[in-house]
Amino acid sequence: MALPPEAAGHAVESSGLGGGSAAHKPGVRRDSVVIRFAGDSGDGMQLAGMQFTAESAIAGNDIATLPDFPAEIRAPAGTLAGVSGFQLNFSSREVFTAGDEPNVLVAMNPAALKANLDDLPPNGVLIVDREAFSEANLKRAGYTSNPLTDHSLDKFQVFQIDVTKLTTLALHSTGLNNRAVFRCRNLFVLGMLSWLYQRPIESTQRWLESRFKKTPELLEANLMALKAGYNYGDTTEMFASSYEVPAAKIVPGTYRNITGNSATALGFVAAAASAGRPLFLGSYPITPASDILHELASYKNFPIYTFQAEDEIAGVASAIGAAFGGAIALTTTSGPGMNLKAEAVGLAVKTELPLVITDVQRAGPSTGMPTKPEQADLLMAMYGRHGESPIPVIAASTPADCFDCAYEAVRIATKYMTPVILLTDNQLANGAEPWLLPDVTKMPKITVELATDPNGFMPYKRDSETLARPWAVPGTPGLEHRIGGLSSEDVTGNVSYSPANNELMVRTRARKIAGIAREIPPTEIFGDADGGDLVVLGWGSTYGSLREAVKQMRAKGKSVSHIHVRYVNPLPSDLGDQLRKFKKVLVPEMNMGQLIKLIRADYLIDAIGFNKIQGRPFKVSELTNRMTRALEDGK
Amino acid sequence: MATALTRKDFVTDQEVRWCPGCGDYAILAQVQKIMPEFGIPRENIVFISGIGCSSRFPYYMNTYGFHTIHGRAPALATGLKVSRPDLDVWVVTGDGDGLSIGGNHLIHALRRNIDFNILLFNNRIYGLTKGQYSPTSEVGKVTKSTPMGSVDYPFNPITVALGASATFVARTIDVEQKHLGETLKRAHAHRGASFVEILQNCNIFNDGAFNDLSDKAIKADHQLVLEHGKPLIFGKNRDKGIRMNGQRAEVVTLGEGATEKDLVVHDETNLALAFMLANFEAPMPAPVGVFYATSRPTFEAAMNAQLAEAKAKQGVGDIATLLKRGDVWTVN
Repeated sequence: MALPPEAAGHAVESSGLGGGSAAHKPGVRRDSVVIRFAGDSGDGMQLAGMQFTAESAIAGNDIATLPDFPAEIRAPAGTLAGVSGFQLNFSSREVFTAGDEPNVLVAMNPAALKANLDDLPPNGVLIVDREAFSEANLKRAGYTSNPLTDHSLDKFQVFQIDVTKLTTLALHSTGLNNRAVFRCRNLFVLGMLSWLYQRPIESTQRWLESRFKKTPELLEANLMALKAGYNYGDTTEMFASSYEVPAAKIVPGTYRNITGNSATALGFVAAAASAGRPLFLGSYPITPASDILHELASYKNFPIYTFQAEDEIAGVASAIGAAFGGAIALTTTSGPGMNLKAEAVGLAVKTELPLVITDVQRAGPSTGMPTKPEQADLLMAMYGRHGESPIPVIAASTPADCFDCAYEAVRIATKYMTPVILLTDNQLANGAEPWLLPDVTKMPKITVELATDPNGFMPYKRDSETLARPWAVPGTPGLEHRIGGLSSEDVTGNVSYSPANNELMVRTRARKIAGIAREIPPTEIFGDADGGDLVVLGWGSTYGSLREAVKQMRAKGKSVSHIHVRYVNPLPSDLGDQLRKFKKVLVPEMNMGQLIKLIRADYLIDAIGFNKIQGRPFKVSELTNRMTRALEDGK
Repeated sequence: MATALTRKDFVTDQEVRWCPGCGDYAILAQVQKIMPEFGIPRENIVFISGIGCSSRFPYYMNTYGFHTIHGRAPALATGLKVSRPDLDVWVVTGDGDGLSIGGNHLIHALRRNIDFNILLFNNRIYGLTKGQYSPTSEVGKVTKSTPMGSVDYPFNPITVALGASATFVARTIDVEQKHLGETLKRAHAHRGASFVEILQNCNIFNDGAFNDLSDKAIKADHQLVLEHGKPLIFGKNRDKGIRMNGQRAEVVTLGEGATEKDLVVHDETNLALAFMLANFEAPMPAPVGVFYATSRPTFEAAMNAQLAEAKAKQGVGDIATLLKRGDVWTVN
């Protein structure tokens, strides 16, 4: 989303193929297109979506994606429970969200159609695999009559394509069995859509070559399916033309496509490299955080230790042990794991060791909807421990922003000798966007100074500015000392039950964390810097929807502004004053209202909450409607 | 090292706060006594504990130390040892800390074979919380939380460790200073996770729990001291032995139809024998010493070998190169 300022602020106007009268002229130009791939969870829709995303990024579009997959790895084939979707918005202008609704829906079976059809607007493009609409599949999806023949789809532009048959014919020479051939259908569809939207397929070819390096027969089959789909698009007369979505005006530089989890992992690697310390991740697999573990596990040469622990508690405990030993220590998890880690995080607070805890939030409570995003762990991050245990909390706002936030979390953890919580969520974790590669030499250097001088060394003798205690690691002669969970004396760190000392230590730690606000940049207001009718305050993954909605409101001449906080604890010191410049403050959150409680408590501002707890991001239209209402009646 | 260290070098200035008469004093004294013999600089030694009476141990050792949270010491020590294999790491835990709340971490640390020494002080009671039964308390034990007697079948720490694929499993007794010291030295010399159950008397809440094994008047008839390669003989007069009768062990008296040649010879590398000995119950004697010792690569050595291999194959990681991995494109 790194677009120059002049590219911002275009009015929203997008449509899919065949959306207007010009639809059948060659090379029809579109500003932006939203495609949703939907199929059974075994149909490879995530893969098709990710590869189409990569192709679009290379084509120079700005993009945003929203994967939407079930928690079950393979729910019964053909059922609604097993439908997996991937939505992609690619554009010649700046995009902030994956789009409220698709212009094009690809439905690989009746269940995928049924689960997604409500989101397709009238005249939207619907591409289906005709053969998948068998009697058995229709029954599994709960259809009593075939929608392809009963005229219930008349308001859409329906393209019935024999994907299975065409893929089978294309792969006839490979001799693969039906099952293996069936699994190449996604590549056929990808090839077809790549032709339709003039996407270069070379990146997909390269990806397949690397993916199927050890199974040449599958590589050949997938490449054949991809090309067959591409050529089918070209030769069939079903599509009158292909479509062009020109490159966006993008800040010059080198880009790659990145998901939030990948960016988080890379941010940690960059931070440890800057600090010149080994990285240690103690983690227990949990959706949707596991990809961070997977990615870091493949960078052992940095050096990076990844330890798959026996449980969530051991994940964080091992990281604390590694931090004691001088490593850049991490643990990664999602909501339920955060609860399990809470006691150990309290130990890290008390012993003042650097540690970054990443919570890739998912919809709860309990197991909830593990593959859907939510923002309901904010107050847990703030207060979800026993005793007074303040922790800095940083929230990433876009997939690429996860890189900067992960880096910043390590910087703060080591500078202030404290655990830091990094909040992302499933939307960021699996969503992708083009990322302007940072110049790592220009990032703020993370300076780690381990204590070495025994002269006057005391484990809790603090830095006068940051209030950080020294990081004295085993192996350093003369600095032998003991730390632990018991209340300890100021400076010496010896066990102490002195009431006054306990209060001093609690207050000092609180002051240390509050003091981080000194280096938080001033609050940026998008919109009316001097104040106005309404400011929308957000945090985390709602950034894209909020920014797009605010832009749309401003395009209509409304006085609506946007503030998005990255530092949730401590909050920026100027935030209260900035919010007070506005007549109304609206706080949309994917929870029951958590940031709003902090805002009310800290600033006595009577903000308006807007809450969605559906495991789905806000639609831009939902937000603009809510903003309009807030402007009209002030509530 | 400039000068050799002494016991005193390992004593801290902190007041030791166990109850007078607690078995922990004897263990602390013995550990401080043997430490200099290892010739390891104090700065390279780390004691890590959980929660409970035993877990105050690190405060009294003048090395690096970490008094952590209940049950998690093995997990914490794992993170430290994996990333700092150069350190000499000791884990101090108890029967509640190690076998109840922290049972999961204990078994996984043992199977992974992390090269640290786990000292489990077993007093068969919760002391710090003032006298509830523990996972090693016997069925029927009357405590504050079991006024009608415990109905909870206990763990046998030795079989737990053996079952968790530990590579070194031993038992010793707080008051048997020589045996304690020798056992700890063996544990320290072992490469991999060493598990030592130390029978320890809680004179406040469970006094005399191991009287049979510690009372000088009777202990010889109840203790079976295991020595590798030697026949299993015990008794005040060294006249009792362990013989196999079919697949079961039995106690025989030497000279009464049995000679030393009939007795089982202890073999530390025999896992089945270790299990059998660990399961001895009265009237069989209670074995002390090394039940089992075997060699298996340590987790941290294998992991660090992977890091070294990755470095050898790919070179030291370079962040700028890593960021450009995969499909990148340039916008002019």
